Amino acid sequence: MLKSVLAWLEDRTGLVSGIQHFLDEDIPASAGWHQVFGSVALFAFLTQLLSGILLAVNYAPTPSEAWESLRFIVTQATAGSIIRSLHHWGASAMIVVVVLHLVQVFLWGAYKKPREVTWMVGVVLLLLTLAFGLSGYLLAWDNRAYWGTMVTTQITALAPGGKILLTLLGTDGSAIGRQTFARFYAAHVTLLPIITGLLIVFHVYLVRKHGVAPAPEDEALPKKKFFPEQIFKDTMATFLWFAAVALMVALVKVPLGHVADPTDIGYTPRPEWYFLFLFQFLKVFPGPLEVVGAVILPGVAVASLMAAPFLDRGKVARVRQRTGAIALVALSGIGWTALTARAIQTTPAMIEDDGLAEVMTWQQIPASQLAGVAAFRQEKCSMCHAIGAPSEGSAPVGPDLARQVSSRPVDWLRDHIHQPDPESPVSTLKPVQVSSLIQLVTKRNEKGLDAWRTAPEDAVEGATVYMANQCGSCHTLNEEGGKRGPELNGLRQRRERAWVVGHFLDPKKFSTKSTMPAYKLPPQEADRLTTYIMSIPR
Amino acid sequence: MDQQNHTRRSFYIRATNLLGGLIGAALALPAAAYLLVKPKSQDTGEFIEVGDVNQLLVGKPEEVVYHRTRVDGWKKIDEKATTWVVRTNDKTVIALAPACTHLGCAYHWEDETQTFLCPCHTSVFGADGTVISGPAPRPLDRYVTKVAGNRLLISSKFVETV
Repeated sequence: MLKSVLAWLEDRTGLVSGIQHFLDEDIPASAGWHQVFGSVALFAFLTQLLSGILLAVNYAPTPSEAWESLRFIVTQATAGSIIRSLHHWGASAMIVVVVLHLVQVFLWGAYKKPREVTWMVGVVLLLLTLAFGLSGYLLAWDNRAYWGTMVTTQITALAPGGKILLTLLGTDGSAIGRQTFARFYAAHVTLLPIITGLLIVFHVYLVRKHGVAPAPEDEALPKKKFFPEQIFKDTMATFLWFAAVALMVALVKVPLGHVADPTDIGYTPRPEWYFLFLFQFLKVFPGPLEVVGAVILPGVAVASLMAAPFLDRGKVARVRQRTGAIALVALSGIGWTALTARAIQTTPAMIEDDGLAEVMTWQQIPASQLAGVAAFRQEKCSMCHAIGAPSEGSAPVGPDLARQVSSRPVDWLRDHIHQPDPESPVSTLKPVQVSSLIQLVTKRNEKGLDAWRTAPEDAVEGATVYMANQCGSCHTLNEEGGKRGPELNGLRQRRERAWVVGHFLDPKKFSTKSTMPAYKLPPQEADRLTTYIMSIPR
Repeated sequence: MDQQNHTRRSFYIRATNLLGGLIGAALALPAAAYLLVKPKSQDTGEFIEVGDVNQLLVGKPEEVVYHRTRVDGWKKIDEKATTWVVRTNDKTVIALAPACTHLGCAYHWEDETQTFLCPCHTSVFGADGTVISGPAPRPLDRYVTKVAGNRLLISSKFVETV
């Protein structure tokens, strides 16, 4: 049955013998493990194609919905976070294998006549792979994506004809908007895959035309076949590559930050790890020389890479005798590692906000109301007042405070809190706590009501310290407070804990221009206050 | 020598098939789950007020346009929606989904014949949504309804047909 189907297929299409012919390719006797990278790179491309198509079926390619749809993929779609991780780590791993492929071909001198064009097409494919990374980076539309792409477009502007290039990217350089987003998306999912696919076909055709590059001693030895030994080695290497990606997918969560926010001055943008060396390299060139580091030198590097077959015209030699090539690769490796390490060192330790984390209601209400919750609990007001859902047994004496926001005059409330009933004990609350409680019962909204019930103890105590020290007279937190000092929402993204604690004791030591007085808080209070402020998101 | 060569060849072939199969399965399983298993639903089936039951005459369907919030994929949207509400007797009010159960066209009420008519393939339904004639395979879908005082509320969920 199968045989007759295959025979029919062979007769009508020639596919069977075509595949046979492909598998029976003659390869040199020296072929082996060092030549597996091309196959792995091809497989990496196909994996990216698959995961990319899967992402596209649930992705809205516009700034207003991109982030939301990606969040849907990661949190709601079945296996969606696996698919997204696969695309993310697959991209990094593809760059690794493409570079390894290039290094192998370079070390062995396999670019020499007649394989010059195969090499040049390969270099273009490397650039296309990087272009995939660069264009895909924007599509998550979180802060990383936004600010990273901002820097990319600014560098583009330095290139000759930069203005025209910016127009091509749909921006004037001041912001990233819908047009730029659409162009990056179009490049990432239509232009780049088509060009890359066609060039891969051409590249493989050229490899077949000239055959796998032989070593000098191969001429005397009989040829081998691609099938089954080399195809096993290629598959094994592919499997190891895939297992590494799968391990990353399983173990390392791909972050999705907060939705892109062009006003977020606290964000320190950094490119993907494979571009970090370029980022660091740029710092060497100050001011007007920047164009040298950003455009000229990278341009020269790419041009010399392309021209390698014409610069190195010597006879094919054994890899061990190619000391020049080995030295060049080693030097590039050291340079790359040093620049990347330096870039990582100089990246400020930042707690990147997890855009998927649920924001609690108590993190969103003013500190005064949250301190009011502390006062309510300290004074055991719940003995007489329910906050929704009354407890079993005897009905509470006072009204349920969840039903409505109090409209009593402030004076009445102050007296009532002081001593609700001639029989009851006098309140021990401090005046600032009383005003906080009044704020809570008169100003709270639905979020405040929820926080009233659910806020954890250390949060309400932190808010009490915040109010007692009148932090709000200079700083704004959750849209309440003064403007003299910096806003405190999102402080956790800008500062480390040790900085904040130290800053209370001696502000001038940390920022010389600070006008904030020193607060000699007892350690426990400083600790509570810091925990509280640093838990409030942007 | 030949024997050894043969064993080696068959090992390569088997190992290649095995590794290739493993990779294929590891890719195909999440892809299939992603495409074929429904995402977590966020539809809570909340009730929305659509009108006043006292305004309805027994046996006379009314098309009601109302606003609802619905989770559409990754977005919560506010949208206009319609339903046909029918007071079937003094005590019962039903709310019918506006799509014909044949191929989803919008049907309408014909006063002359006292039936719902779907213009696409002429399915005809009674005022209570039962099929009278035409290709419709089942009665019109009913939303779960609730009456509070004189206010009529409907859910986004359908009444399970027995």
